[in-house]
Amino acid sequence: MTAAITVTGLTRRYRGKLTLDQVSVGFEAGAITGLLGRNGAGKTTLLRIIAGQEFASDGSVRVFGDSPAENDRILRRMVFVREDQAYPEFKVGDALRAASWFYPNWSGELADGLMADFALPRNQAVKKLSRGMRSALGIVIGLAARAEVTLLDEPYAGLDAVATQLFYDRLLADYAEHPRTILLSTHQVDEAAGLLERVVVMDQGRVVLDAATDDLRGTATRVSGPALAVAEFTARRQVWDRRRMGSQESAVVVGPLGETDRGPARNPRLTLEPVSLQELVRYVGTRPAPDNLQRTTA
Amino acid sequence: MNDVREVSPVQEMAGLDEGAPLFVQVAERLSAEIADGGLAEGERVPSSNELAAYYRINPATAAKGISVLTDEGLLEKRRGIGMFVAAGARQRLLEQRRTHFTEHYVEPMVTEAARLGIGTDELVGLIRAAGHTREGATA
Repeated sequence: MTAAITVTGLTRRYRGKLTLDQVSVGFEAGAITGLLGRNGAGKTTLLRIIAGQEFASDGSVRVFGDSPAENDRILRRMVFVREDQAYPEFKVGDALRAASWFYPNWSGELADGLMADFALPRNQAVKKLSRGMRSALGIVIGLAARAEVTLLDEPYAGLDAVATQLFYDRLLADYAEHPRTILLSTHQVDEAAGLLERVVVMDQGRVVLDAATDDLRGTATRVSGPALAVAEFTARRQVWDRRRMGSQESAVVVGPLGETDRGPARNPRLTLEPVSLQELVRYVGTRPAPDNLQRTTA
Repeated sequence: MNDVREVSPVQEMAGLDEGAPLFVQVAERLSAEIADGGLAEGERVPSSNELAAYYRINPATAAKGISVLTDEGLLEKRRGIGMFVAAGARQRLLEQRRTHFTEHYVEPMVTEAARLGIGTDELVGLIRAAGHTREGATA
């Protein structure tokens, strides 16, 4: 993996609290990585430090081998779209013009297309826009900048389902034509799952999982059926969650299943269902990661 | 009611499994289309970007799915124009499906029948009856 962004031992203390605790992670060049985790896990702080908008207490961030802090050369190769971005006393058109001057790869054509898609009025003052419209403006700038590193922090806040889908479709279409390094911080794990080549999950200021999305599928399986059969199946396996109702039981087992587990020879009274990425992220935040995905902390 | 997996018979026939990696699912859907004749031999297969937009997945994932089929010789690359269904691909896929059918339908059915005390002759009779009902319904 060639990393576009390398984070080493990054720590951020704020008012006596550790928002980032020795974070070391690399973000693959040219890939879309999902940055996942609960609120307060440290995702926004990490993105802000990468974007040069906040400073680390300890550790370092390198973007294309250089520190982004107060480094104009690197900052122009990065765009950061965040929930509730503050703009000066600007009209929508002014914000676009300013962005077009700053970003060397700016595509006016793409910006125009996106403005039409989201029905954004150019003459409206940014401050008067609704929350969803402000998010849409952030998305227009974030995509039209075609920056080599694109940081998107919950960029769809306040957008309805149709507009959110539009965002994913446009992101995917433009990324296919113009590949770039994208970090997408999101709560909507299942909606974004197909787009993510890798996922990095944070919890309490630490990275708890860093894996290729393909490797995660089939990592955990929900097994349900008669309690005895479930007990037999789950023996000698790591179990994350177990529920029982009368004689029926349901358990989430960790680790890939073998041919005998899912093949014709398996107990036909057991139901096996894959655990979605969204659920997996939730479990990973609260339990030890499965052995095959355990992070080797250097 | 023994097996209540939430997988439709069609998906099961295509060997689809929601737990499989996405690129495997892409490869399986393309295979199913070739086997069903939806994608004829010699026909151009959608590009990775077209597949990515259609399934809303990462283009790298779609490309990986295509390369699974290329490695198996089911698709072939024609320089500069794209990927095409290879000659003999459909026949090979249909043979694979017959094997799959035996392993995933016939064998579990025989096992379950034995558990219920249904002998081979009786089972054959049941299959015949189901076949007649089906023919009667579609006639």
